Amino acid sequence: MKLSSQEMKRVLEDVRGHSEVNFNLCFQCRTCANACPFLDAMDIHPNVIMRMLQFGMGEPVLKSSTIWVCVGCNTCCDSCPMAIDIPTVMDALRQLAMEKGVAIGEPDILNFHEQMLKSVKKYGRAHKLEIMMRYKLKKKDLFQDIGLGLTMLAKRKLDLRAKKVKDIQSIESIFKK
Amino acid sequence: MKASLKSKENTYAYFPGCSLAASGHENNRSIYKFCEKVGIHLEELDDWNCCGSSSAHSIDSEAAALLPQRNISLAQQGLPLLVACPSCYIRMRSTHEELKSDDQAKEMYKNRWERNFDQDLEIIHFFDLLTKLDQTVIDKNMTKPLNGIRFASYYGCMLAKPPILRKDKRHTGIMEKTLKMLGAEPVSWQNFSKCCGTYLSVAKPEVTTKVVNQIMDNAIESEAECLVTACAMCHLNLEIRCSLKQQIPTFHFSELLCIAFGVDDHKKWFKRHLVDPVPLLKEKGLV
Ligand code: SF4
Ligand code: SF4
Repeated sequence: MKLSSQEMKRVLEDVRGHSEVNFNLCFQCRTCANACPFLDAMDIHPNVIMRMLQFGMGEPVLKSSTIWVCVGCNTCCDSCPMAIDIPTVMDALRQLAMEKGVAIGEPDILNFHEQMLKSVKKYGRAHKLEIMMRYKLKKKDLFQDIGLGLTMLAKRKLDLRAKKVKDIQSIESIFKK
Repeated sequence: MKASLKSKENTYAYFPGCSLAASGHENNRSIYKFCEKVGIHLEELDDWNCCGSSSAHSIDSEAAALLPQRNISLAQQGLPLLVACPSCYIRMRSTHEELKSDDQAKEMYKNRWERNFDQDLEIIHFFDLLTKLDQTVIDKNMTKPLNGIRFASYYGCMLAKPPILRKDKRHTGIMEKTLKMLGAEPVSWQNFSKCCGTYLSVAKPEVTTKVVNQIMDNAIESEAECLVTACAMCHLNLEIRCSLKQQIPTFHFSELLCIAFGVDDHKKWFKRHLVDPVPLLKEKGLV
């Protein structure tokens, strides 16, 4: 699968706004990869993702674990000499991967994001206890971390009840496409 | 406190964010208490919503833009908006900057939120308040100098900025500087700006544990007696995902500020910590 020029444009355009993220400026200095704290959990280094994008390579990029493992901590782009907004490129790639229906590199992470946004849509706030429960239900892995969950409840780090935004319609309208 | 930040009689609109409002009560409380002590009045932003954090960004760019926009639209004209969570701060600041430079987006903002976009809204982080903290305020309020407690200041990813905020000022060293004025002793160490793994703590705990252990290990190696964070998420991850036998306690920055200023509300906060900081505080004669 090759990314069409239209799709490349999509990735090029900053998904947050109109400003462009130009990965063609990348000259492989690898500063981003050296800085990334989660490199070990990635199958393709961030600088290599930029290179592959320059070549229009679609499938391996969209199927990679990297685009999901990236948490958007900005450590890489903060020191990139070309000021390439790498986390925003990753945002665009994740959404392109979902759109194209390719096999998701890290389904657990996508599952987490989905539960998180469900909660925000429902309450306007993130209700962590429910997010964790739903995440684990979907993963069919209710018992991993159960000890930790109990400790967090005992330490009151997880609120039992969600706090809901009063004007919930305005939140719902955000998620209405 | 010098009133050089534009604010009516030291009043700030306050956005705690979900992490502080829910799992980090001790962080939230200590920020309130600290501000009270130095004469800053915080008014929680009425009906604020989650900024969408990294999840909206990851899978729904439209929500990622609109969720912070709603909060911005709720801000009262003329009051600076104080954001406690570093990650929410970046989301709100970036959104504000994007709107500033995009007339079409401003028009859409106006239609959706039925309100003009406030170009001059000041969105500030808790650290911006601290830059105003001078020796006179310290001399006036400090009742318990921190007795040379050795700390590793852990900023996590909050020193890093996306390109759109490249020109923003950095707060490198502010925790060291402030706590030093309060009688604590900073150690020099490497991992002060390594990201804690945020939500990977749920979806990939093993990845978070590895990073958190490196952070804890390095802090101990540099002979710190405690870690100090300014982010509720970092605080949580350091506590719940560290698997090392030897661990030192973690404080939220404002908790230590409160101790030095003699705020006695703190007993409730420390019960919520997974690694009990009380023995260390006792040893230093601070509780
Ligand atoms: S730091 Fe920037 S220029 Fe260097 S390899 Fe990474 S993306 Fe390319
Ligand atoms: S933003 Fe992503 S790629 Fe960059 S350092 Fe952080 S996790 Fe690594």
